[in-house]
Amino acid sequence: MAVVDGRQPLQQQNHPNKIRWGELEEDDADYYAYLLPPPVVIGPDENGVKKVIEYKFNDDGEKVKVTTTSRTRKLARARLSKKALERRKWPKFGDAVHEEVGNRLTMISTEEIILERPRAPGSKAEEATAPDALATVAKAGAVLMVCRICHKKGDHWTAQCPYKDLAAATADTFVDGPPSSESAAAPAPGARSGTYVPPGMRAGATSAGERSLPDRRRNDENSVRVTNLSEDTREPDLLELFRTFGPISRVYVAVDQKTGVSRGFGFVNFVSRGDAERAINKLNGYGYDNLILRVEWATPRAN
Amino acid sequence: MRPILMKGHERPLTFLKYNREGDLLFSCAKDSTPTVWFADNGERLGTYKGHNGAVWCCDISRDSTLLITGCADQTAKLWDVQTGTQLYSFNFDSPVRAVDFSVGDKFAVITTDPFMEHSSSIQVKTIAEDVSEQTSESVLTIRGPQGRINRAVWGPLNQTIISAGEDAVIRIWDSETGKVLKESDKEIGHAKPITSLSKSADGSHFITGSSDKSARLWDIRTLTLLKTYVTERPVNACAISPLLDHVVIGGGQEATHVTMTSHRAGKFEAKFFHKILQEEIGGVKGHFGPINALAFNPDGRSFSSGGEDGYVRLHHFDPDYFSIKM
Repeated sequence: MAVVDGRQPLQQQNHPNKIRWGELEEDDADYYAYLLPPPVVIGPDENGVKKVIEYKFNDDGEKVKVTTTSRTRKLARARLSKKALERRKWPKFGDAVHEEVGNRLTMISTEEIILERPRAPGSKAEEATAPDALATVAKAGAVLMVCRICHKKGDHWTAQCPYKDLAAATADTFVDGPPSSESAAAPAPGARSGTYVPPGMRAGATSAGERSLPDRRRNDENSVRVTNLSEDTREPDLLELFRTFGPISRVYVAVDQKTGVSRGFGFVNFVSRGDAERAINKLNGYGYDNLILRVEWATPRAN
Repeated sequence: MRPILMKGHERPLTFLKYNREGDLLFSCAKDSTPTVWFADNGERLGTYKGHNGAVWCCDISRDSTLLITGCADQTAKLWDVQTGTQLYSFNFDSPVRAVDFSVGDKFAVITTDPFMEHSSSIQVKTIAEDVSEQTSESVLTIRGPQGRINRAVWGPLNQTIISAGEDAVIRIWDSETGKVLKESDKEIGHAKPITSLSKSADGSHFITGSSDKSARLWDIRTLTLLKTYVTERPVNACAISPLLDHVVIGGGQEATHVTMTSHRAGKFEAKFFHKILQEEIGGVKGHFGPINALAFNPDGRSFSSGGEDGYVRLHHFDPDYFSIKM
């Protein structure tokens, strides 16, 4: 049923009673109802389209013409008994007698409602039960798990490698962004996509947590703080800038978590202290991206 | 399917019932005005004015001329279906909870709530063919069950009355003597109050819904438990499809707890189960509150649900509903 509502204020017509608009009060719109033309019902025509034209006063005392166009569709399989057809012609009673066309007690839902199946038709109930996300990750990991440090397969993740500290941290392990986000962004193919896995339970999350603490302690030694960075500067840019002085173990640019804009400072960790010192001497006061960099030793945190 | 939304009631719906031919839908709500709608397009035909309290239940005679309503204003009223005029009013001393016409419409069973010093009761009234001869005398009065009796219906051949209510026990009474013939076993029955009871189209079995988050299917003669359908939320309403082997169960958490969780967690959907396999077929969403009433059109091609949100939603099934395979 398509319902179109056309509302247009009509100009006040010269009525024999000479009622002025100023005399019309808001409250007793019904009292002046006799001034209004009677409602007109046109149709329903052969297409089932029915037009009802009603007039009423709105809150501003203006005469409003309300045209409601509706189409009645015949429902398929509507086989009614004789009694039911008779009842169809019954006059309305009770509150339904003075039904305003505009108040729309009965509406067709604008939303298409479907019978939501709990699982795809034809599938077995056992399949529908979601497998434990963690178990899937572990199972898939058994095949895919290759330690990048000791190249052992299926034993542990790179982050949990017992030889982790022995391996020289090289620049090729570096990725844009914190290391844990890489493994989280690319889940094991076996994991059900679309299932939410809390960050703490994602693959590699525990390793990131384990690593971060000893890392920080180690990194603090040769850590260089870079301030007055331009907003466009990202970690690869810093790496590009500092790698000329020697091997780098970590680059970090502080990014505002909400806006994603760089906060204008970052840290670079050198493997050797001598390289860090040379970098400070060379790059402090260096013009980079229209700003003058300030490079200094990062002061270790109070705690 | 695009359901038809009927917003005639200002308060939560309590009960829905189709007439025998399925062309009229009667709705009861807590706003004291039972309403009748055309069941095909949802147009309002009329209202029955005269009650002064929540209307809990109604029933329509087989020829769709007589309507009986049970109301919390301590009356049950007989109405002329066509004109909406009140024909007779049975007065009680406590709120009326359930009403049901017998086969043949010669009797009506009416249950009343426990109120003040009165305990709950099941009463049988004769319905006179001529309204002017109608009396308020009870043919039979049964007292005994504790708590509200939420539903009472007639058994096969009017020989029995089946009642269910807050004490979670289903009882079959002899409609002549008023003696208990059968009682549901505490072990296999419902654990919490029974909120709804609905007979199958042929009257051979019935389904009960309970706050214990399950609905159960019973044989109407032997009171043996046939099937159990388990959901996650308290069941407020249930109905058996007259066409397919389906049952529909509606509910949702209690209205007082709704504000404490998101509407997604409320599970305000009508759930379809396969009657025999007890497997869930699907859910129909839409209400913004718990579903209080459900009814299948006697042709089985549409069903309506009434919710705490004050809406009646009338669903005409899509063609693919009839070819659902389990």
